[in-house]
Amino acid sequence: MVDLIADGAARGLPVTLGRASLVGFDPGPVTSIAPFPGRAVPGFPTPGQVVAQGAGRMVWAGRGMAFLIGAPAPDLQGQAAVTDQSDGWVWVTLSGADAVAVLARLVPLDLRPQAFPAGTTARSTLGHLPVLLIREAVDTFRIAAFRSMAGSLVHDLTGAMRAVAARR
Amino acid sequence: MRLTCPCCGTRDRREFTYYGAAEFLNRPAPDAGLQAWDAYLHLRDNPAGITRDLWYHDPCQSWLEVTRDTVTHEIHAVRALGDLVGDAA
Repeated sequence: MVDLIADGAARGLPVTLGRASLVGFDPGPVTSIAPFPGRAVPGFPTPGQVVAQGAGRMVWAGRGMAFLIGAPAPDLQGQAAVTDQSDGWVWVTLSGADAVAVLARLVPLDLRPQAFPAGTTARSTLGHLPVLLIREAVDTFRIAAFRSMAGSLVHDLTGAMRAVAARR
Repeated sequence: MRLTCPCCGTRDRREFTYYGAAEFLNRPAPDAGLQAWDAYLHLRDNPAGITRDLWYHDPCQSWLEVTRDTVTHEIHAVRALGDLVGDAA
């Protein structure tokens, strides 16, 4: 059996345009955890919350669902639906002084730090793409979209980066 | 237009999908008769004033019942339908 080489889904990265940079990255294993009705999973995040868990992080990813990122899948038999999402999503990091200005062109979120603080997460749409955003710092965002939409994600983000850079 | 998702807070209308009148929640019994089913499927009020309808918040996958005013465009209440069946937030 040939050992296949894992490769990111995003093409044409890294890109720096003006004061914003876009880089693809590998988040490690990604597991969705959806507690069954009436069952509680320890450390399950509240909406918008990112919780450290062992070597990884539990990131709120929608109503009754969280992603465990960067740690092996836990055994939650009988407690929660657990599915492997590692290959299902494309992950990029958008950073730089103009990162907020770039996102403001695509995402209908209130991006001010008091409404979307560093260390929290939000589900939203980027253009027409459903995305998960993690704000690592005031001007650093992790963005995850469905892997099949990697081309559109990079196209939309680099287009907005180019437009913001052109106005500087 | 903005709606307040019980999970995510105040969000832009672009994140939501309209489904239809909240009447869809009152599904008649299978043997309720043709008239009840005809009304359920086809007959809708068109009020000038308070109306209730169903919206889906696509990013967080919540079904919502929105009470709003068609005259003033005011949003009076947003309720997550998952709360009725005890789903986790």
